[in-house]
Amino acid sequence: MRQLARILAALILAATLIAWVLLGAHWGWSQTRVTTMQTDPITEIQFPVYEDRFVPGVDFLGAGVVAALALFSISFLLPKTQSK
Amino acid sequence: MKTTTLALLTTAALALHASAASFDFKDPKGVNNVTFELDAPLESINGTANGVSGTVNFDPANVAATTGKIVVATDSLSVPNPVMKEHLVGEKWLNAKANPEISFEVKKVSDVETKDNVTEADLTGTFTLNGVSKEITVDAKFTYLPGKLADRTGGKMAGDLLVIRAEFDIKRSDYNIQPGQNEDKVANEIELKLAIAGAAPKS
Repeated sequence: MRQLARILAALILAATLIAWVLLGAHWGWSQTRVTTMQTDPITEIQFPVYEDRFVPGVDFLGAGVVAALALFSISFLLPKTQSK
Repeated sequence: MKTTTLALLTTAALALHASAASFDFKDPKGVNNVTFELDAPLESINGTANGVSGTVNFDPANVAATTGKIVVATDSLSVPNPVMKEHLVGEKWLNAKANPEISFEVKKVSDVETKDNVTEADLTGTFTLNGVSKEITVDAKFTYLPGKLADRTGGKMAGDLLVIRAEFDIKRSDYNIQPGQNEDKVANEIELKLAIAGAAPKS
């Protein structure tokens, strides 16, 4: 049981890190909307174009790390798996 | 003689007035925008607003006579984080419900320098934010594009375009936006960049 909780904690930590890196490794707050700038060919005005996309930020990273650490800490309270 | 002089003066005045066109800045293409940047020690906030409207009366031969008002819808302000956007337009910050518009009304144009179709000038006017109005002066660049409305509308409409660009700083404390509060996360100084195009259709 204890080992299972620790493996789960490691998986949560790894999944959080991988998701954060793959989705942009953004150091600000999580975003649900990404803005890119385009240029209007006639007026040459640069204008924002919005795309609804989730970009995990440091809050996402922190939540994943805290969840993994909590589960790891709880694992000490769980019984050890008995070897037969 | 007096009648002739009066008639000539009236004709001249009408001709002068007629050469100033009214440019409408309501933009169905969604190109017109204002960007804002707040760089606080702990956090940098960047956002945009595209709910631009208003009219400007502009005569390329007499830029100093430019008048007009540009309005930005407060709830069109956008930041990438949804919670931040909620706070931004909420009661404690910009209070979009009570103050649905941010505006700048031109009162005076000075230091006009024109080269070809580009004019740089200082615009003095009333800037209204969060229900507080203050007189400010901003550096602006006008680019007059005669006949370019047809290119923008795929030939459906003839007319001219006027592009206005301006960059200026304001302090949120001047507009009673949480003065002295949270300045480590939300900078007091706000850098604004405006890039808008208005159309003056011709029949």
